[in-house]
Amino acid sequence: MLTILFDGIAYGMLLFVLACGLAVTLGLMNFVNLAHGAFAMAGGYITVVLVNRLGVPFALGLPLAFVFTALIGLVLERTLYVHVYRKSHLDQVLFSIGLVFMSVAAVDYVMGSSQQFVQIPDALHGQFDVFGAGIGKYRLLIIAVCGALTVALQAILTKTRFGSRLRAAVDDQRVARGLGINVGIVFAVTFAFGSGLAGLGGALGAEILGLDPTFPLKYMIYFLIVVTVGGTASITGPFLASILLGIGDVLGKYYVPTLGAFVIYTIMIVVLIWRPQGLFGRVTVR
Amino acid sequence: MKTDPSPPNVSNPVAARVSARLAERARWSPLEIAFWLAVVATVFFLPNRHLILTETAILGLFALSLDLILGYAGIISLGQAAFFGVGAYAAGLLAKYDLITEPVLALLVSGAVATVVGFITSFLVLRGSDLTRLMVTLGVALVLREIANKFAEYTGGADGLQGVTISPVLGLFRFDLYGHTAYVYALTVLFLLFLLARRIVNSPFGLSLLSLKGNPLRASAIGIAVNWRLVAIYTVSAAYAGIAGALLTQTTAFTSLDVLAFDRSADVLLVLIIGGAGYLYGGLIGAVIFKLMQDWLANITPQYWQFWIGLLLVIIVLVGRDRISNWTAPIRRLTARLDRRPVATGAIVGKRP
Repeated sequence: MLTILFDGIAYGMLLFVLACGLAVTLGLMNFVNLAHGAFAMAGGYITVVLVNRLGVPFALGLPLAFVFTALIGLVLERTLYVHVYRKSHLDQVLFSIGLVFMSVAAVDYVMGSSQQFVQIPDALHGQFDVFGAGIGKYRLLIIAVCGALTVALQAILTKTRFGSRLRAAVDDQRVARGLGINVGIVFAVTFAFGSGLAGLGGALGAEILGLDPTFPLKYMIYFLIVVTVGGTASITGPFLASILLGIGDVLGKYYVPTLGAFVIYTIMIVVLIWRPQGLFGRVTVR
Repeated sequence: MKTDPSPPNVSNPVAARVSARLAERARWSPLEIAFWLAVVATVFFLPNRHLILTETAILGLFALSLDLILGYAGIISLGQAAFFGVGAYAAGLLAKYDLITEPVLALLVSGAVATVVGFITSFLVLRGSDLTRLMVTLGVALVLREIANKFAEYTGGADGLQGVTISPVLGLFRFDLYGHTAYVYALTVLFLLFLLARRIVNSPFGLSLLSLKGNPLRASAIGIAVNWRLVAIYTVSAAYAGIAGALLTQTTAFTSLDVLAFDRSADVLLVLIIGGAGYLYGGLIGAVIFKLMQDWLANITPQYWQFWIGLLLVIIVLVGRDRISNWTAPIRRLTARLDRRPVATGAIVGKRP
């Protein structure tokens, strides 16, 4: 039982790192980015290439995955995404679906359609017992990394100048602009950072979530659930939503495997009907 | 919800004018007639292309169903495949277990099943913003796919529903290997449903949909029951999608989880966007272009044609959807001029806020 709970938390933490970039883009620019999963996939594949083919150590591969994905995110944001912010939601959806299709086919072409595995160091294999519960070493690493990231994110968001600019821009973009905050730059940096986090999540999660070209489509719904259930007003909302989703999904798969993913989809629909702004979201008055 | 324009009331000049205007809107233009004549011509002149033409007709009908809610009521749906899949599985199960063997009747029943599912889920799209609707429609399709996957003993799960045999249409016309019967059958259904859709959107009900697409708040202020209209059109659209799905099952004698997949919802959105939403022909024209393109791309790069579809979507958005979907506008204006009357749609709803 404890093991399952532990796995669920690890899974949830991973989902949070994957999805928090999406929460910020959605909250900041009201932009529906269905292609967020493509960045996660990019991070995963970058790590595969670096670690498996070029022999880069795993510990170095993760930060590199972050950096490269963030760069890809920055370039795409500056060249393509900027043109789509002001368009309707339908356009944004079409645009990001288009990107997903392209990324799926492109990765299939370059890397092949089979599932890829990152070679993790032997030291991270296996598990040890704590009070009778089996704790996987790799999952412990995930919790440690993601936990540290969450704390760091929260600190950046609440303590730094950039964080307060970001929060101001999320709260009311027009007033923030009026106060002299360059929302465009804030957004570009945030977008790149969010993509980088997704890439890091993809690299870390390749072991647990599996990595193949259909990754963006398979996990798109999970990211969207995190964002819609958690709301986009803060990062605590998505964080709690991710943990709940992670534990719920793992518990569901262990105890009622016949229902499968059915449970979480239903929960999502119920939550959306009950509170369209998300469980932890605020009712925005505009 | 009256779909009939009330008979012109002589004592009320406003009602008479409105009814005259509606009649004018609903008139057939020469280009429309030419379009359908060209469609009929394909039956006789392209006999060895009937298989792909059948697929095109079904895709056109499916896109038409999306056009009803997207083009006329402004609901963005990422889960239109849900109803397509329900219809497809309903038709497949009816035929496999010999519940209803006659295709036309089975088609209607399958459509009715999808209608019921559409009616139930329509209440889910009433609330919330575009994003919520996207998520809910997507979620419904995913849930249905999951259900179909879990009840593998009935649906065949990932292997698909096999052993479906379709009886002759009306007991007379047997489905042949070359798809001649299937094509004529699909076209007939498409045309009849198109007539119905045309009737619906040119009715006062259709106009009220356009008004609530433009501004739901104002629409409700002038006494339009916004929610009920949305429920109604969403249900109709589900019926159309269900019948399209049932047609696919009947013409291919097979169905699989693929009918409920996200890709299908995304593809039909693309089809409609290519053709242009909001004038009914968009879905049909889009389907023709999409199928031609798919055929062509699949010949060049069998495995990676999805890349080019994605690229097309990105380009469409970056260039501007209005500019692209308006490519048929000059033709429509030309017809209007030939007809010596103002463009009806522009005249009535031209001043949308």
